[in-house]
Formats: sequence, structure tokens, C-alpha cells
Amino acid sequence: MVASYEPADEKETVEAVTEARSKGLPMEIAGGGTKRGLGRPIQAGAALSMAKLTGITLYEPAELVISAKAGTALADVEAALDEKGQQLAFEPMDYGAIYGAPAGRPSIGSVAACNLSGPRRIYAGAARDSLIGVRVVTGKGEAMKNGGRVMKNVTGYDLVKFSAGAFGTLGILTEVTFKVLPQAETTATLVFSGLDDESARTLMSEALSSPFEITGAAHLPGLLGDEARTLLRLEGFEASITYRIGELRRELRSYGAPEVLDTEASKAEWRAIRDVKPLAERVDGKALWRISTAPTRAPSLARAIRTKTDADLFYDWGGGLIWLTVPERSDAAEPVVRAAVAEAGGHATLVRASETIRAAIDVFEPLAEPVMALTRATKSVFDPDRILNPSRMYAGV
Amino acid sequence: MTDIILPPPDEGTLARRSEIIAGLRRLLPQESVISDIDERRPYETDALTAYRRLPLAVVLPETTAEVSAILRFLNAEGVKVVARGAGTSLAGGALPAEDAVVLGVAKMSKVLDINYENRTAQVQVGITNIAISQAVEHAEFFYAPDPSSQLACTLAGNIAMNSGGAHCLKYGVTTNNLLGVKAVLMDGTVVEFGGDYLDSPGYDFLGLLTGSEGQLAVVTEATVRILRKAEGARPVLMGFDSADAAGACVADIIGSGIIPVAIEYMDRPAIKVCENFAHAGYPLDVEALLIIEVEGSEEEIAFYLDKIASIAEAHKPSVVKVSQSDMESAAIWKGRKAAFGAMGRVSDYLCMDGTIPTGQLPQVLKRIGEIVESYGLGVANIFHAGDGNLHPLILYDMNDPEDLRKAEACGADILTLCVEAGGCLTGEHGVGIEKRDLMVHQFTETDLAYQMAVKGVFDPQWLLNPAKVFPLEGRPEPARAPVGKAA
Repeated sequence: MVASYEPADEKETVEAVTEARSKGLPMEIAGGGTKRGLGRPIQAGAALSMAKLTGITLYEPAELVISAKAGTALADVEAALDEKGQQLAFEPMDYGAIYGAPAGRPSIGSVAACNLSGPRRIYAGAARDSLIGVRVVTGKGEAMKNGGRVMKNVTGYDLVKFSAGAFGTLGILTEVTFKVLPQAETTATLVFSGLDDESARTLMSEALSSPFEITGAAHLPGLLGDEARTLLRLEGFEASITYRIGELRRELRSYGAPEVLDTEASKAEWRAIRDVKPLAERVDGKALWRISTAPTRAPSLARAIRTKTDADLFYDWGGGLIWLTVPERSDAAEPVVRAAVAEAGGHATLVRASETIRAAIDVFEPLAEPVMALTRATKSVFDPDRILNPSRMYAGV
Repeated sequence: MTDIILPPPDEGTLARRSEIIAGLRRLLPQESVISDIDERRPYETDALTAYRRLPLAVVLPETTAEVSAILRFLNAEGVKVVARGAGTSLAGGALPAEDAVVLGVAKMSKVLDINYENRTAQVQVGITNIAISQAVEHAEFFYAPDPSSQLACTLAGNIAMNSGGAHCLKYGVTTNNLLGVKAVLMDGTVVEFGGDYLDSPGYDFLGLLTGSEGQLAVVTEATVRILRKAEGARPVLMGFDSADAAGACVADIIGSGIIPVAIEYMDRPAIKVCENFAHAGYPLDVEALLIIEVEGSEEEIAFYLDKIASIAEAHKPSVVKVSQSDMESAAIWKGRKAAFGAMGRVSDYLCMDGTIPTGQLPQVLKRIGEIVESYGLGVANIFHAGDGNLHPLILYDMNDPEDLRKAEACGADILTLCVEAGGCLTGEHGVGIEKRDLMVHQFTETDLAYQMAVKGVFDPQWLLNPAKVFPLEGRPEPARAPVGKAA
């Protein structure tokens, strides 16, 4: 790298981009720098750190809204919310465990830029569903805003959602505003044991189709000889939880008698699932994939991969999310994974692999040509010279 | 006359009218192309009835392939297109133009697939909002976004405007309940964004299309989330002697950790009209009425209502009335959902749709009262209090052109006030033509330039619903010749 920038406000961010653009220097944008291993490797001539752009700028608990500068640590945002008994409902995951970095370091900007979520995705959406306002510096060195601080807003095009999940390739987020929700008073988890993938999937579908508001549904097939476990999470007031546990036990009795975890044990268990701990602990020498599909097709998708290669995996989102490790070798089993996903419908992201592999194959799901054409053309609107995280998602974008 | 300027029709297009219609007839069955003046008349306006323009022609395609053929042809001819669902837009989103073809999706109303295990429904977008819920009702499922016009409005229009509804406090708006779409670009290219799984790959084109007011593409099919109904639901009515007390009560309920499925607010004039219409048992001698609904089992409902009642006590409600039966609950909601229609029987009105930070509620309501009074007009306030989405109805006489002009100016002042209070021009109805010229109050030139540049990517000639959303001044020069692929 020949240059590095550490802007302290929006104006300095504009200046940094303007300078880098005039010098023709592509920039790698980093918040906490915890997810540099996610995406295609970037050939950057400059580094832009958001480390100095920090601070919560607005927090109105009674209005369920919080704003923070993009470099603010997620942990600081969550601590402020915690003090008022609130939370980011979409349960943003921490990639620390996957990349062997300490936990708790990601920035709030990266939460939006990578459209993070967690097990509660099935109930409360992803970051894009809670993100209600952004301030952005584009690749033309212009500051703009979209959305605002109110949760119902359809004024103009939704460039808030369009910024979420763009991995910093359309603009540098300088400030983000999220809708927040109250934390649950009580959390409980029902744990069923010994189910195969297909039975677990049916169990989760039945539970999620009940009126009992499941906020997490995951299946951990036996890893390293452990017994398979299927987990259902309930959140709310204690009286309501007790009632719903009773009803679910009755409705799901054909799957066996579940163990019940209390609030503390539940939180630990779901944090581990959120951060992919069951696989992250043995990820050396392996590549890690994240696959989103329809729950009913997930077990056969997993089977299709397993018949072709060694794979360890678990399911979240009622079966709709598969985390899967395969031997890294030279191609992270890409042809096998892509073929299985194409057959089932859905999309796969290569979350962890060597730089060489990530430079050689598609990390994100390849897009149909008309959609790829739109992708390139919208990139040109926001970053015509391709200086922001160039090719991080797709070659040439 | 009204103050909002509509661009003059393109003389060249008008001169080629019969050619264009002949071209459309070559692509579609006879009955799918409407050119007769009497048959075009029903399409000349939407729910913003002060504005009327007779379209060049109306086409009613039945398949995505037909939509693609129509758009490819009109793109090559450089003819404007206004896509239309049921025409219930309060913002003039479906208002045609004399030089535009209306593309109605009403014939594409099939349910294609329902999957209860994955909790998804795949439908054609001409289906009405309520019909999605009706299709899954026997299995105790429903489609969550519930705009007041849900009996008539289509999913197509809901996607175009990112519609909300009374229950979005808990369940979110259209964009949060949409998993995938099939859409046709202006050049005829068919694209798919998302699917029946979570998180669409690549850029969030699904999110971008939702709420783009028919300016980027014509959506033909969608996969939406369906949800299992709660075991039960019950509203409670609470009357207050002041807007301040009602507003503070809402803030305390939300601050306590309870998120009801809905918190609706009506002021005295609105209560009176709705009660006369629906006989819902609304109290008539209060300044502000809250309808708060909670869901769950009998025990859960009782628990939440108890908690809400004890929070409300500090704000001294003069009336607290829990619904005692499903019939009573239905009447309470009928009154609220019929509010706009009931008001329309009493007076002409313009329905505003700003959102404000909920903490500003009492001050903004007071200011709205002053603004309306300064114009010598009346107002009734109905809104979603939980998320600060206001619907002041400005009452006026449509037969008096001066009154309409005053009502529009009054509405503009109210919406500008919403923006100044930290909110926005529109929470769920969309910009349309109604709020087009106010966009400069909420956005900078740069903010708008990027949005318009995005339109240019999808529709380089600016043919899709072009008179809407963005002020006419300061627009980029549209591409003149058809450019083929949007790349």
C-alpha cells in the first residue's frame, strides 16, 4: 500500500476519496478489520480505516432508534442498547471465531455493509430490515444520505437497503441508523436429540408453522460423534414462555421429549450457533461455505454435497441456512457446492478459504447475466472509477 | 386548477397513436388492448382523484412474456408506460399521461404455489392484498402487510409503494415480507431477484425495486412470506383528554419492552366520523383515541393488556375498553380501516402521509392544527402512533378550485413540518406526483442525483412512470434513442 487514510469525519472521508480518486488508487475499506478474509482479495493502493469515525450520535429508546458513526464498535452499540434493555433484533454475527480473531471487534458500519444477521433472521430479518438510514461517501467523493431516523419511510428509492450487503463497493458508509427492539425478558430453548436431518427439518418446519413464535431453529447433526441436537428458541415474558413450552412439547411429542435450557444456557448456545462455533473450532485446512436455500430442500442439498466430498455441516434458520466445511484443497469443492445449490435453488458464499482460492473462484453466488449487467451499471453510478473495494464481490465491480 | 405541473404530452407520440395501438394489437389478444375512449376512462385517475389524464391506450397482459413483448415494443418506440395495480394510490402513483400507455396487471392474479413448510406463497402480482391472506386462511396463515385499501389494492402496487399497514409495527412493511420477484425491465429483459430463500445474492435489487414506484421495472410475479396467525388477538380502546397524554402513553408502552402488533391513533373529528360509520363503540367525548392490539393465547393477551393498562394509568385515560368478543374486535378494526372511506362520505379530503419521530407527536399535532387553521380548513388526524406515521386528512371542497389549491398548500406545509421535525414526506403511500415537488425539502441535489442516476440504469429513456417522484427541474437528460440492454 502506498497510502493510508484515517478520516475522523465525513468531510475527511470525502477528501480521502477525492485524493485517492485523483491518484487512481483503489482503496480497501476497513471498519474493525475483522472480515478481511470475506470476499475476493483486493488489489488496493490505499487503505481507508474507519477507526476514528466513532461515536453514537443519537439514541432514543422510546422511539426504538439508534444512530452511530460507522467505525463505532458493534460492542459499544450493543452495550448502550443493553443499558436500556434493548437490542439489534437481527442478532448480527461475529466472524471473529471463523477467522481466528478475537470476538467483539466488528464495527457497526460493517454490520450494515455485509448485511449481517444471526439465528433470529427467520423472525426479525437481517441488518437490511432494521437499517433505516445511511450517510454514504460515494466513489465520486460525494456525500449523500438516504432514509432517515424514522422507521416508516418510503420517500424516494430505498438506497438504504441497496447499501446493505454491498460490501463497501458502492460507497463508504459513514453513519448508520438502525431500528432497535426490546430484549426479551426470558429466553428458553427446547433441545430434541438424535434426529436425522430430514426429521429435524420437519420438526423445525412444524414448530415455525405454529403460532408460538419461534425465534431460532437450528439442527446440529452429530459432529465428532456427538449426538445430533435440534434446538428451538422461545423469547418473551416468562408467563408466555412457560405456556408456549407446554404447547410445543405436546404438539411435537412424536419427536421425543426435549430438554429445556434456561435463559443463560440458551444465550450461550445461540451465541455459539450465531458465530458458527461448532465448525469454527475445527476449520483449519478446511474451506467454509454459507448456503441459503428453502428449508424443505436443504437436507437433499446437503446430501448431494456429501456424496461427492467430505463435509461437516449444521443447519440454522429452520434448515434454510447451511454452514458447511469441506477440505480446502485447490478449489474448496466449488464445483460440487455450486452444482448442488444450482439444483436446489439458493445461493452460496465461500466464507473462508485461502487468498489464492478466493482470487481464483467466485466467492459470491454468480449472477445471471442481466442481473450482472445491472450490477456493473449501478456500480458505475456510485463508483465509476472502481476505487472502492474493487472486485471484492464480483470481478470488475 | 391544481398547482402540480404535469409535463406536456409528447406531440410525436400523440401523432403516432394509431400506429402504436396497432403495434400493441399485434402482440396481444384483441381484448387485452383498450383504445376506446369510454373504456379508457376508468383508467384516467387513481385515488388522488383531483388529477385526471386520459391515457393513450391501456394494455392488460396475462403473462410475463406478454409484459416483456409490450415493454420491448414501447421502449423501441420511445413511448411512456404507467404500470397500474388497482389504482388505489393516494399519491397519484398510477396517474396516467396522455402520451403514456397504461399497463394494468389486474389479469395476472393467480396464486402459483403455496408452501406451508417453507412459509412462502408465490403469486402473480395482480392479486389483491387480501386474496393472498384468503388463499392461506384455511391453514391459519396470513400475509402480514395490511394497508387500509387491502380489499382492493394489488400486491403490484404494494411492491411499487412498499406499502405498510396498521400491523407493521410488529410484522414490518412490504419490503420485509418479500423474498423474491420476477420483473421485466423497460427493454423487455426478464430478471429475477431473490427467490424462495432468505437474503438475495449480490446487490439488494429486491430492496431497491420495492418502493421504486414503478419507475425501474414492471414486477410480474413475487414470492412472499406467509406467517402463522397468532392464537388470538384483542384490541383495547383508550381515550385521553389530550394528545400529549396519548403520545406519552405510547412512548411509555414501547419503552417498557412491549411491542403491540398495532397502536393506532384518532383525534376527535376522526373518531366521530368513524363511529358514525362503523358503530365500533368508540368513545365520542375524548380528544385522542388509541387502539392498541396485542396477540397470543388467552393468558398472554390478558397478561399484555394488564401490563399496558397499568402503564397507561399514569396518563389518566378517561376510557379504557377491552374488546369482549371477536365481533367487537372486528367492528373496532372496521372503523379504523374504513376511516378514509367514511371521511370521504362527509367531505373531500387530501390524505397526508408524513412520518415523525414519535417523541415529537404532541408538538407536531399542535402545529398541524395551527397550519390548517391558518388556511381556514378542517383536519382529522388518523395515524399509526407506534411508528410515527401520520395521516392528517385535510378537509376541503373539491368543487372549489381555490379550496383545492389551499388544501395542497396546507398539505405541503404539513409535510415540510414533518421533515423539519426529523421525519419524512411519506411513510407508506409513496411520493407519486403529490409529493414530487417537496422532495427538495428532504433531499439535497446530490441525494436526488444518485437516485435519478439509478433510474437511468434501469430505464435510460425515462419511459417508466416518468412524471413522478422527482421534481421536473434538475432531471438528467434522458437517453434519446433506445439503447437495448440496461448495461
